[in-house]
Amino acid sequence: MKKKLIKYPIILIFLIIFVVFYKSLKDTNIYTPETKINYDIPIFSADLLLLNENLTSTEIFELDKFYLLNIWASWCVPCRDEHSILMTLSKNNKLNIIGMNYKDNKKNAKSFLDELGNPYQKIIVDKNGTNSIEWGAYGVPETFIIYNNKILKKYIGPLNQELFAEIQKIIK
Amino acid sequence: MIYSVVGHYSLILGLCVGIILIFFSIQNFKNSNQLDTKILSFSFLQLLFVLISFLALIISFVISDFSNETVFNNSHTTKPLFYKISGTWGNHEGSLLLWLLVLTLFIFIFLLRTKNQPIKYKILTLSFQQVIIIGFFLFLIQTSNPFNYLFPVPDEGLGLNPILQDPALAIHPPILYLGYVGSSIIFSSALAATTLKMVSTSWAIHIKKWVLISWIFLTVGILLGSIWAYYELGWGGFWFWDPVENVSLMPWLALTTLLHCILVLERKEILTSWVIILSIATFTLSMCGTFLVRSGILNSVHTFANDPERGLFILIFLFALIFMSLFIFFFFHHSSKNNSSNFFWLSKETSILVNNWFMMYFLSVVLIGTVYPIFLDVISYQKISVGPPFYHKLIAPFLIPFLFAMAIGPRLKWIRSDLKDKIYLIFLLIISILISFFIVKNFNTNILINTILISSAFYLFFITLKDFFNTKYKNFAQNTAHFGFSLLILSILFNNLFSSEIITNLKVGETYDNSKTKIVFESINQKKEKNYKSIIANFKITNSEGINNNLSPELRLYNQPNITTSEADIKTTLTKDKFIVINLVQNQDYFNVRYQVKPFMLWIWLSVIMISMGGLVSFLQKRI
Amino acid sequence: MKIFKKFIIIILLLTFNNLYANENSERNEITKNLRCLICQGQSVYDSDSDFANSMKILVDKKLEEGLTEKEIYNYFKKKYGDWILYDPGLNKNTYLLWLLPILIFLFGGAIIFKSFILKK
Repeated sequence: MKKKLIKYPIILIFLIIFVVFYKSLKDTNIYTPETKINYDIPIFSADLLLLNENLTSTEIFELDKFYLLNIWASWCVPCRDEHSILMTLSKNNKLNIIGMNYKDNKKNAKSFLDELGNPYQKIIVDKNGTNSIEWGAYGVPETFIIYNNKILKKYIGPLNQELFAEIQKIIK
Repeated sequence: MIYSVVGHYSLILGLCVGIILIFFSIQNFKNSNQLDTKILSFSFLQLLFVLISFLALIISFVISDFSNETVFNNSHTTKPLFYKISGTWGNHEGSLLLWLLVLTLFIFIFLLRTKNQPIKYKILTLSFQQVIIIGFFLFLIQTSNPFNYLFPVPDEGLGLNPILQDPALAIHPPILYLGYVGSSIIFSSALAATTLKMVSTSWAIHIKKWVLISWIFLTVGILLGSIWAYYELGWGGFWFWDPVENVSLMPWLALTTLLHCILVLERKEILTSWVIILSIATFTLSMCGTFLVRSGILNSVHTFANDPERGLFILIFLFALIFMSLFIFFFFHHSSKNNSSNFFWLSKETSILVNNWFMMYFLSVVLIGTVYPIFLDVISYQKISVGPPFYHKLIAPFLIPFLFAMAIGPRLKWIRSDLKDKIYLIFLLIISILISFFIVKNFNTNILINTILISSAFYLFFITLKDFFNTKYKNFAQNTAHFGFSLLILSILFNNLFSSEIITNLKVGETYDNSKTKIVFESINQKKEKNYKSIIANFKITNSEGINNNLSPELRLYNQPNITTSEADIKTTLTKDKFIVINLVQNQDYFNVRYQVKPFMLWIWLSVIMISMGGLVSFLQKRI
Repeated sequence: MKIFKKFIIIILLLTFNNLYANENSERNEITKNLRCLICQGQSVYDSDSDFANSMKILVDKKLEEGLTEKEIYNYFKKKYGDWILYDPGLNKNTYLLWLLPILIFLFGGAIIFKSFILKK
């Protein structure tokens, strides 16, 4: 008698396990941190790549304008792909593009810009990768849209035409 | 090309033989005076077909036949012959074929070697095993055919992942599969025995051999994986509580529990339901592990290429087996209602129950820790990680009573006993606590828990050590295994407590010096091998006693596929390992150097070997 | 036997006395508990990827700034979510994770006690 009572819960438990496994098969398991928006930008200070200066975050993002922060490196292949989009975006004067040079060597970074053009108003250097972690990034390239010291949007991976249109819409 | 065709068709023939075998089994089951010789010969035929198929795949790998998709994806002409062969089972398709080979091999051996058991039981076991085998055949042919044809034929293969090009990893999968598949025999035979209502002492004696075989292979398989992780993957770690590792640990825990239960069932007809459940659980957990690893729903360091279709197939197959066994268990099994299941609190039976109790707890910790993130993600879209701290916190405290029970349990007698030499046991306990305290005291770590944990391990250590010299005490196999376990826990604890490491960045010619250790980065050599280029760094390390060691870690830049691996250089001595590894830093001219001193590393491996030797002794010894 | 035991004690004490405590052990403890996001299934401590190396530097920096272990965990949790921590703290998402094994243990104990020891 007791066995009968036990039987059904056990079958039910296994059915639930089956359903959960089945559902999890359909989802991807690649983890991307959720893109929390509307949070304050981190406070930091960094050297500039092209000038011999050190700036703090408040100095960089002081204007009442849209900012785009792009993390890049000369050794990163997808960064090359998105560079033309950044160049086009840099023509829009509503938007200030800030570059963050990630774990790069100065000479390579400069020749990268000489070759493909420089869309950045300022380029800060992230020599050991800690600044980009402060931003909650975990690789290159990554792009943030900032307004009024708040992060409005975050893109992981290279920009493409679709995202380009989206950025245009945001800064309008 | 021709080998792929041969392999492919012999797989299909093997599947056909499986179906014919089930048909014969049903016929033979109806009038079962003697075992139909056809069954034996067809089992052999099936084994032969799978073997041909497997050899065909090996040959395709050896001759680098890139018209075969599996070979193309996992091999390369410049690879050494040894890794061409081991590459056969280093990938999803090939490893499943190997699995199938072992399945058919084991059931054939089972049919040959099983004597003194009813014919009906043998036939039924064969049928259940054929259900599993046919499932694997379908899986292989449907979703992961190792003989897929590629046209146009590529000139060169993609190569085997370099971290898999390693001797320990070449033999690790086959040995682990022997363990997994051994548990399938236990599964089938437990189901057969349940159906025929013959779960009894004689069945226990007969199945114990199979339990031991799979247990030994599983233990050694896990050990090899761990050794590989130690020098190839980890930076000095040997167990990461990674899902893939957990998945191999779960069947081991279930199997170890089963092994202890069988000891009881060998003598007394109790715990029958429990033994059946454990037999089913062991194989189900192995299958569940395969599902979790191959479907890619877990994040792990070692992932196979995954494909949702495969995952779905294993999932359905797995649950079909689970529900089939549940049905058989509930429908056929009625536990006998005799009163002998009443134990005196101080007896060997009780101590084995305590063992079961703790083992099931450890199993539930590992199981829940592994699958909980999946459940949480599906139910509430929250992603969390469950890592080493979780397992340590939940397992370490429970290890203490477990170790004490392991020390005392085997000294008890069956049915009813009281402890002899009480004074002696207490004396040993005090000694253990004192030693542990003196060791831990020197370090400002968490004193209380470490002292207790180390004392309990020492206690087991001393008691089992003493029993080796005790002529009255006959259970040599058990004592070896328990002694090995105490040694394992001690080595792991000391290794954890007393490891030290230095991480620094060095250029060639630079020296790192703290008061205790001096590391000189002397020079760098380059070497060109067949399928990789290697950069060898030479270090001279001087410790506080002025002893010099020359260590040369290596970076390998493989050409196919383009991956860089770091090969650690390890100096192993009896008391400690010196472990050094270097890494390239992006865009810098220095290397990241990591130097570790890890005491008792060797003893971790030796103790696991000793544990499996215990199993081997028990396997070889005649029952007294 | 007694001499044998004394011998063991002496050996052990000698072996351990000259071992030294780790430098930056606090950093190691913390990074062992952080998951490297770009290398599936490895801790920051075990990994040597770019991301992990930067994380190590940042942890050092935060320690220098005087943050406690807990504050550092919270800092990373805010940036990357629960996923980055290997030690899932006790919260509403993980009650079941921590308590289920313990419940199973208690339940198993109860079953053993009831059906094998108490039964007359």
